[in-house]
Order: sequence, then structure tokens, then C-alpha cells
Amino acid sequence: MDKFTTLTGIAAPLNMANVDTDKIIPARFLKTIKRSGLGEHLFASLRYQDDGAENPDFVLNQPKYRHAEILVAGENFGCGSSREHAPWALLDFGIRCVIAPSFADIFHGNCFKNGILPVVLPPDICDKLIADAAMGTNARITVDLEQQVVIRPDGSKIHFEVDAFRKHCLLNGLDDIGLTLEHAAAIDAYEAKLPDWRPAITGV
Amino acid sequence: MTTPRTLFDKIWAAHVVDQMGDDTYVLYIDRHLVHEVTSPQAFEGLRLAGRRVRRTDATIAVADHNVPTEDRSGGIAEPESRLQVDTLERNVAEFGVPYFPVTDARQGIVHIIGPEQGLSLPGMTIVCGDSHTSTHGALGALAFGIGTSEVEHVLATQTLQQKPAKNMLVRVDGVLPPGCTAKDIILAIIGQIGTAGGTGHVIEYAGEAIQALDMAGRMTICNMSIEAGARAGLIAPDETTFAYIKGRPYAPQGDAFDRAVAYWRTLPSDEGATYDKTVVLDAADIAPQVTWGTSPEAVVPITGAVPDPAAEPDDARRAQLRQMLTYMALTPGQKLAGLPVDVVFIGSCTNARIEDLRAAAEIAAGRHVAAGVRALVVPGSGLVKAQAEHEGLDKVFLDAGFEWREAGCSMCLGMNPDKLMPGQRCASTSNRNFEGRQGPGGRTHLLSPAMAAAAAVTGALTDVRELV
Repeated sequence: MDKFTTLTGIAAPLNMANVDTDKIIPARFLKTIKRSGLGEHLFASLRYQDDGAENPDFVLNQPKYRHAEILVAGENFGCGSSREHAPWALLDFGIRCVIAPSFADIFHGNCFKNGILPVVLPPDICDKLIADAAMGTNARITVDLEQQVVIRPDGSKIHFEVDAFRKHCLLNGLDDIGLTLEHAAAIDAYEAKLPDWRPAITGV
Repeated sequence: MTTPRTLFDKIWAAHVVDQMGDDTYVLYIDRHLVHEVTSPQAFEGLRLAGRRVRRTDATIAVADHNVPTEDRSGGIAEPESRLQVDTLERNVAEFGVPYFPVTDARQGIVHIIGPEQGLSLPGMTIVCGDSHTSTHGALGALAFGIGTSEVEHVLATQTLQQKPAKNMLVRVDGVLPPGCTAKDIILAIIGQIGTAGGTGHVIEYAGEAIQALDMAGRMTICNMSIEAGARAGLIAPDETTFAYIKGRPYAPQGDAFDRAVAYWRTLPSDEGATYDKTVVLDAADIAPQVTWGTSPEAVVPITGAVPDPAAEPDDARRAQLRQMLTYMALTPGQKLAGLPVDVVFIGSCTNARIEDLRAAAEIAAGRHVAAGVRALVVPGSGLVKAQAEHEGLDKVFLDAGFEWREAGCSMCLGMNPDKLMPGQRCASTSNRNFEGRQGPGGRTHLLSPAMAAAAAVTGALTDVRELV
């Protein structure tokens, strides 16, 4: 996984609540056996018209947001399915940070597994960042994970909370499985005490 | 005296292997269910790292999302779907994971077959790369959906890195009125607490109306916990649970079953256990529900009407309501009853168990699907299909003009050929009414199997209580 330390980039405003995972990437694009190449399907139903042409009104189709690396969205972002294709699509498009008043749990966790930082900030602060983002290429927002601050284009800093363990993993680009396997002896010990009524799945 | 604990607290404590960070633990996973859509990249990750599947005896795989629900003897026509299923078959063979092939009678929707086979048991931790894993909470198991990175993590370590969830109690008192079902209870709950009402929490459903439900109904309730934003849903195991499990193929047998039951009896929440959040509903107030918008919280009783966005004071919320009405082609104040439908879908991990099919067949019997309406019945598993055929339900549906299909996820999410055409309106027993969920431009109204059957035979959203 790529590290996330500090990011300075263009932020795209997506002022919608309850952006669900079907909206981030519809199910018909999940028929892949790869993680890459999903960026073209990001927000497919919003981004493309019925004939496949780009919808010029959608934020990420506007020239100033085509290289956005930060998304500022409404509450409950990422609700719905567990599909990790949602963060994969965001990442493939170039989004490394999503800022919103709240996130759905599974999506929130999936972001951290992919080097994307989800930042939770109060609705009134998100409104201000959406106004900043509306300035397009005239405004850069900085997200500093080490310091846990978002720096607005005017230089003002906003503190955000992040789980200490996840922060550590993201800052260092740590492999989750490798970390867990440091506890292999504890897993062995746990398995040695599994209850005897618990059936094994064999002979299928 | 020890602190009273909830059902969630007990399952959590029994599965903590080790502590990782301040509030992050290594949590042991008892059952890992694997399907074709969210697993290819996980197996590829194992391969690249030279890792094996740690516990093949705790893992089970099945293809469900992509599989066609028509005759499958010729294989899968769509190349991308076929590639995903072929990839799953190659992976389970290479890594030695137990697998129910597409042609096996035990194949079906992963959340239907777990309980059906006795793989999902009380007190267990159960995960799957699918958000509706919450279904298995009906047995008193801590069951939740995970992403593909976590699928790989569980395959490699049989554990997850987890933070404890908060406890939420949803108590449904009283007796459910005639014509109402578990689906109506859970839709009413989501309507009340909203799609983010359970975020960060595990919901325990309790109360007289929940205890009175059979296992199928309990699974419908827990299935849609994720639609309330909850990490998982739980119902305390009781005699109904034990009777359901007894004798199932992968359940403990004989003495082992008795020892298991003795343990399972210790699981229900202790008297005086505290919850971070409590919501109480009276079942007597619940009427058959139907969603009108593109979020499961946009739900009203069938006797109700589409809300007027003008009455919503919050700007963002008002804009969202308007967008929903535009997408759904509805007008403020419009009555839901009588709204014509093009398609009826009876199926999905929410409502494709035998009890669901019986409820739908009861309404369909002696009636006929309305002219111009396409109605599909998609059993949740090959065994549900066989049982339905044994009971003659297939004949009831076919005589009434329904299509009778093979098992799979089907039109719940349109990854196989079963999908809505743009603009089509569907009465669906599935779990999500998001824009484009059942096919681009499709319009979904979520409801119970009986309500879906009522819509099929009348050609419009209908109060099923008028037909019984």
C-alpha cells in the first residue's frame, strides 16, 4: 500500500448526502478480476449520459477538476455495499483523500486499506471546504496526516481526528497482513483452544 | 458480580486473540464465506505474497452474484461473468477451499446457504466480502461484510484487525398485525432511524415481535441492518434458533450439538446490560411498507403518500428529496397504492427463502400476473428451489404467469442478465433501491414478498391486506 503523508491538491466539491457505493461504481463494473482500471467507471451514472458521452455538468468532468486529488462530499459517504472497487475507482481516478461529515463504516475501513485518507469534519466546516473547492484550480487544499490538519487556501488550519493505529499504518504504508502475522503465536494459541463442538468444514 | 454484558460484548470477548493498538484488536473469524465478485484480487494477493489459506476448514466458496438464473447447462454466456466464476473455481482448486459448484443443488446466494447448511452458527464470527453478511446475525452470530483487502487478510490469517463496535438495541414490542412481515418491520425501523442510524453500532433486535419471528423473518431483519448503516445485526439465539439448526449438514451433531446448545444458551444479553443507543417500536403501529425513493430510509406505509420536498426545511435534504422524486418519476403527495409497475422481482438474500416463496405463492395462487407485467421468482438456493417444487409452489407461480428461475442474486443488483431497462418500475423484495441498482435508470420499490406478489397480480403497488 502507498503511504499517505501530506497531500496538496485540487479539491472537487460533491455536495450530496448518502453517496452510495452503487453511485461510486455501479455493480455492472465489478466484473473484473483486477484492482486497476476502474477510474473510468467512477461515478459512472453521474459522469456519463445515456449515450456514453460525458455529462458536462458533473463536477469531475469540468476541466478544473479533472486532476482533483481531494473530494469534499456530504454526510454518510460510501453507504451501501462492501465493494472495495469503490476506493479502487477513486484511487485510479487520482483521489487520495475524501472529506465528509460522516462515512459509512465498511467504506471508511476500505479507504485505509488502499492509501486513501477519509477525513471526518463537522458539516459547517465541510461547507466551508466545499466553498473553497468551488474555486477550482485557484485553490489548493493541503491535508497533513502527521499533523492531523487540513490547510485551507487562505492558510487557516482545521484539526481532524483519526484513529492512531490507522494513522500509523497509513503514514508508513504498512502491510496489514504482515502486521497481524506478528501475532501468529497468539493466533496459534487461540486455535488450540477452539471449542470441541465447533465443526470443521470438510467433505464438501 | 460481573458487569452485565450484551450478546455482542460476549461474542466479541470470546474472539479477541490479541491487542494491536490502543483500541484495535486481532479478532478471530470462525467462518469465511467467499464469492466470485470480491475474492479474485484477494486470492491474487495471496499468490503474489506466497501465502496459503490458513483455515480451509473454516472457509466456504460459492458463485452467486454473476450466475445466470435461466438454464445453466450451457455454462455462462457473458464473458466477464464467466471469467469471474472460472477464476473462483481456479482459486478454490489451487488453494483447497471447499466449494459448492454452480451445478450443485446446494449452490445459492451465499447468505442463504450459510444458515441453510448449518455453516452459520450462534456465537460465531462470520465474514464475507459482501455487506449483507449481516444476515447471519439472525442466528446470534457476529456477522459483517468486509472489503477485498480484508478477504485476503482473513484467508491469510483467519483473523481481522477490528475495533469494538458500540451497542444499539432496537426493541419491537407487541404483535405484528395481519398482512405484515419481517420485511415491514425492518423497513419501518430504517424509516425511523435512517440509513446512517446504526453507523458504528451493532444492532441487537429484541422484543416480543422479534422473538415471534421464524428464522427466515429474523434473517430478513438482520440482512437489512447494513441499510441502517449498522456494522452488524444480532438476534439472541433461542429455542427457535436451536430447532432450526438441529440436523443441518454442517451443524454439530449428537453430543456435540448438545454441548453447543449449552454454550449458546449463555449468549443472550444479560439482564441489566447497557446499550449506547436504544430505539423502541410498537409492532401494532406497523403497516405493510413500500419505499418511494432511492434510499431505503425513503419508506412509507402502503396507505401513505410521497412526501412534499417543499415541506423539508433543510436545503440539502430538500434538494435530495427532489432528486429522488425526479429519478423515481413521482410527484409530491402522490399516493403509493395504485402506482403501476412493469416488473416484479421476488428473490435476493433478503427474501428468497422457502418461507418467503410460500408467502408470495399464497397471494399468487388462483390469480394471474397482470397484463404487461413481468414477474420473476428467483429462489435463494438450489435446495430452496427443490423444496418449493416439492410443495408445488413452482406450479402455483408458473400457472399465475410468473417466471420460475434458478438460484442466484439476480435482479437485486443486475450483475447477471436479469436487470431492469431504463425507466422500468419494479416492485422488489431485495434490499437496495439506489439509483441504477437493478439496472441503469431502473426504479425500485422495496417491499415484502406478499406485497410483491400483490403488485404482480394487480399490476400496481397494492395493499396486500386487500387480497387476503
